[in-house]
Amino acid sequence: MEDDAPVIYGLEFQARALTPQTAETDAIRFLVGTQSLKYDNQIHVIDFDDENNIINKNVLLHQAGEIWHISASPADKGVLATCYNKTADGKVVTCAAVWRMPAELEPGGHESPEDAASPAHALELLCHLGPAAHGSTACVAWEPAGDGKRVISLADNHILLWDLQESSSQAVLASSASLEGKGQLKFTTGRWSPHHNCTQVATANDTAVRGWDTRTMSQIYCIESAHGQLVRDLDFNPNKQYYLASCGDDCRVKFWDTRNVTEPVKTLEEHSHWVWGVRYNHSHDQLVLTGSSDSRVILSNMVSISSEPFGHLVDDDDLSEQEERSQEPPQDSVIATYEEHEDSVYAVDWSSADPWLFASLSYDGRLVINRVPRALKYHILL
Amino acid sequence: MAAAAAGRGPGCGPGDSPEGPEAEAPERRRKAHGMLKLYYGLSEVEAAGRPAGPDPLDPTDLNGAHFDPEVYLDKLRRECPLAQLMDSETDMVRQIRALDSDMQTLVYENYNKFISATDTIRKMKNDFRKMEDEMDRLATNMAVITDFSARISATLQDRHERITKLAGVHALLRKLQFLFELPSRLTKCVELGAYGQAVRYQGRARAVLQQYQHLPSFRAIQDDCQVITARLAQQLRQRFREGGSGAPEQAECVELLLALGEPAEELCEEFLAHGRARLEEELRSLEAELGPSPPAPDVLEFTDRGGSGFVGGLCQVAAAYQELFAAQGPAGAEKLAAFARELGSRYFALVERRLAQEQGGSDNSLLVRALDRFHRRLRAPGALLAAAGLAEAATEIVERVARERLGQHLQGLQSAFLGCLTDVRQALAAPRVAGKEGPGLAELLANVASSTLGHIKASLASVHLFTAKEVSFSNKPYFRGEFCSQGVRESLIVGFIRSMCQTAQNFCESPGEKGGATPPALLLLLSRLCLDYETATISYILTLTDEQFLVQDQSPVTPVSTLCAEARETARRLLTHYVKLQGLVISQMLRKSVETRDWLGTLEPRNVRAVMKRVVEDTTAIDVQVGLLYEEGVRKAQSSDSSKRTFSVYSSSRQQGRYAPSYTPSAPMDTNLLSNIQKLFSERIDVFSPVEFNKVSVLTGIIKISLKTLLECVRLRTFGRFGLQQVQVDCHFLQLYLWRFVADEELVHLLLDEVVASAALRCPDPVPMEPSVVEVICERG
Repeated sequence: MEDDAPVIYGLEFQARALTPQTAETDAIRFLVGTQSLKYDNQIHVIDFDDENNIINKNVLLHQAGEIWHISASPADKGVLATCYNKTADGKVVTCAAVWRMPAELEPGGHESPEDAASPAHALELLCHLGPAAHGSTACVAWEPAGDGKRVISLADNHILLWDLQESSSQAVLASSASLEGKGQLKFTTGRWSPHHNCTQVATANDTAVRGWDTRTMSQIYCIESAHGQLVRDLDFNPNKQYYLASCGDDCRVKFWDTRNVTEPVKTLEEHSHWVWGVRYNHSHDQLVLTGSSDSRVILSNMVSISSEPFGHLVDDDDLSEQEERSQEPPQDSVIATYEEHEDSVYAVDWSSADPWLFASLSYDGRLVINRVPRALKYHILL
Repeated sequence: MAAAAAGRGPGCGPGDSPEGPEAEAPERRRKAHGMLKLYYGLSEVEAAGRPAGPDPLDPTDLNGAHFDPEVYLDKLRRECPLAQLMDSETDMVRQIRALDSDMQTLVYENYNKFISATDTIRKMKNDFRKMEDEMDRLATNMAVITDFSARISATLQDRHERITKLAGVHALLRKLQFLFELPSRLTKCVELGAYGQAVRYQGRARAVLQQYQHLPSFRAIQDDCQVITARLAQQLRQRFREGGSGAPEQAECVELLLALGEPAEELCEEFLAHGRARLEEELRSLEAELGPSPPAPDVLEFTDRGGSGFVGGLCQVAAAYQELFAAQGPAGAEKLAAFARELGSRYFALVERRLAQEQGGSDNSLLVRALDRFHRRLRAPGALLAAAGLAEAATEIVERVARERLGQHLQGLQSAFLGCLTDVRQALAAPRVAGKEGPGLAELLANVASSTLGHIKASLASVHLFTAKEVSFSNKPYFRGEFCSQGVRESLIVGFIRSMCQTAQNFCESPGEKGGATPPALLLLLSRLCLDYETATISYILTLTDEQFLVQDQSPVTPVSTLCAEARETARRLLTHYVKLQGLVISQMLRKSVETRDWLGTLEPRNVRAVMKRVVEDTTAIDVQVGLLYEEGVRKAQSSDSSKRTFSVYSSSRQQGRYAPSYTPSAPMDTNLLSNIQKLFSERIDVFSPVEFNKVSVLTGIIKISLKTLLECVRLRTFGRFGLQQVQVDCHFLQLYLWRFVADEELVHLLLDEVVASAALRCPDPVPMEPSVVEVICERG
């Protein structure tokens, strides 16, 4: 069987939001949120059967509005947060809310195909993340290693830390901070660092990347003009605590050491248009995935700045240590360029269950699931 | 006649018959003839060549060898008339008479000679007899003399021996006297300071004294002498040490001391130590000239002084040493070499310090002359002391200086280039302040190119001094080979071109992409400059260099093509960066205009938005700017004949056909399907794709970037009905004006169509504007 062939799934609507179901570690499951102004929006729960190369989907209605961002709780499989547009009084406001998926969906994959024909289930609203007074919410980030009780949302120039109480049915604003400065400052995206006991959050506004301490809600570092133009996405290296990747409208992906923010550690310039998403592989941080509006997804091998610069796996103790490999010096390279998309790719992410598998989503609603090339996989493992 | 011939026939030999055995006669005759001919070196051809001459075989030839009287007579009788016969008879008689008289004269003459010879012989006989007698007498006399002589020597023998003995005694006595007088003489000599004389005396007596030292009296003399000699040596040494008297006198002292049998080892040490002291004095004075303060004498004077003072002194010392201590063999030579090496290295260090101070200077000819003099001076000791390696070290220094000089020229070129760029930047910045047109880009480009080329040529000329024929080191292998190829060609010229490319490329890397630290026009200019280098200048410069320096070295050099490729790559990167930068400027405008507007609450469009006009204006300005430096380039054929009118008709009909379905409420699948199908047929647009070196390609790149930005921004917003219509108007306006700049107008259509389609999708209430109204608004605006 052609193992490396991509699996393509088409949605009927435009879509920008994609996340793996973070709490799920067995099944390969992605959540995709659609964008439609005229019809009820949906969240597609997409299960990928790795053995049979088959996709199973479940559609959940998200009637509140078109989905701009989606993130799944790291603790509870059934809980997710979305940022959605709401049109009120001729104004468009982006709100954020926490939802629960209907319980019968959770086991996943047992639905028979004809289930799709039946009226779709709706999401159960748990709570809104505050009143919209703070402005349009750009992004919601869960505390990565937590119990799914702490959430950060970024609304215009505010960074808000919420405590979810009473099984997430009530969101209490724990603390907040706001960005002051000339002009209209607006956060575009943010990520919660999995290191430092989850006390750090990185945000992006315009061309700058800022780090925040969640205990004091104060800024700890700031990379002014990290990119020539708008910063579109961030990600933390899951294994190296000070390393951060960012991407933006200057077509570049930059890797930063947050202890020295004057110069990027490394810069990639492979895309020919804005880079909308960058993701480290959760276990092998040399694998970096980027998606861009040039309709391409690029998988890069950033060995030289990874936590495994010599290809040794720290956690794979079962490997025979005496096996001496003729180790050529690490070479950063593009592993593969995936051109299955025909529209701008706005989101890419790795599966939370299978470290060798990732999904990318383009604006025309095409979701593509790909695998890391097998040769490379064995090269990393062995 | 025939009968007469026949009648005489039996008398004659058969071979003589003229017609008888004709068959064999000519053959035999020819044989003899051939031999004769051979003898006289006549070839057959020559003989044949003169058939008119008298035949030597003709029997009728009176003077011929084969004359036959009978034949002759026959012939005469037969051929001649009587008168002629008579004539010939008288003629012949006359001849015969003449011959007879001749013969008589000859006989007389010979007879006379014979008579006189006989007389002479007789006289000789008499004379000899007399001489014999006298000889006999002589012999007897000689015998008597011998006898007498023997007797005399026998008598004198005895006395002779005695005289000889006496003479021997006399000589011995004189020697003895010399010996006995020696101490006093030596003392006197020493007192008078005639050391040379003293040493000679001592030398003469030493062996004798040595031999007879077992005799007490001689012993005493010897002791005395030794004391005096010791004193003498003492004094000599004293003089030697005081030594202010210059090298030649010192050499004399040393020579005398050597003659006195002082240990040569020690002496040569001392000699060298002394020489060292003097040379160090020289070095100190040189060092003083270096001083902490800026050097007063120029470098030429310095090397002159070093050359005459130190190098001359070294030569003297070395020459004297070699003369004096030649007997020391290789060990001595080694010592001298070490001495020369050590002092030489100190001298070199000083020279290098001085030369280092000169590195900042710009006068190459002075430096080259100083180096030349330095190098020339050191050739003498170099030849004298091959082992010390002074000449090599000097050459090395010269090479090092030359290398540093090259490096300096490279730096000079680089900074000149940077200076040019600064000028250009100022020139570019100026018009904005003054508000009027400054010098054109093409002019600036020409300025930069010519001044850079001028600097390169000046550097080449200046460096060329190092290889001038009259300079003493120019024929060293380094200067003939490596200096030309690796030094001048590679590190100076190639290095400069590379660094120029690098400098230019650095403008692409500059972090201030947003602030626009680099004016775009500069990028454009540099790109053109690099392209010009690629097409012509590099090969010109390298050819010039190769010609001037006649590169003989076989070491690999960077080929022109590599450099050209680098320059081209740089030009390409600069141009791409230019495109990105300009695209970014327009993108920013578009992005801000889309992001800051309230698209839901907007009113029905009456005008094209000002920002779109601005975009078109800017694009036109860029078009003009690029047009100054780059050629037009090729467009797709289809665009060449598309006038504005046909275009608008075409585009509006297209719009209707394409968007109509998506505006009417239909199943979501349809929209999707439609856009997907549409994409299937359109090519993927590479937005930031590499550009070609022409205007159209540059403009296409900029417009692509701008429109893609517009598309992405539109997708992030939600539009009201009038918002959509405004987008429609704006896009149509852009379509009207942007197609003329790009290579393929289809591209503009495609991108703008997509913008409108995306806006329609982002609109909850999509009611498009009538195409005719759109056109009217655009024409008006």
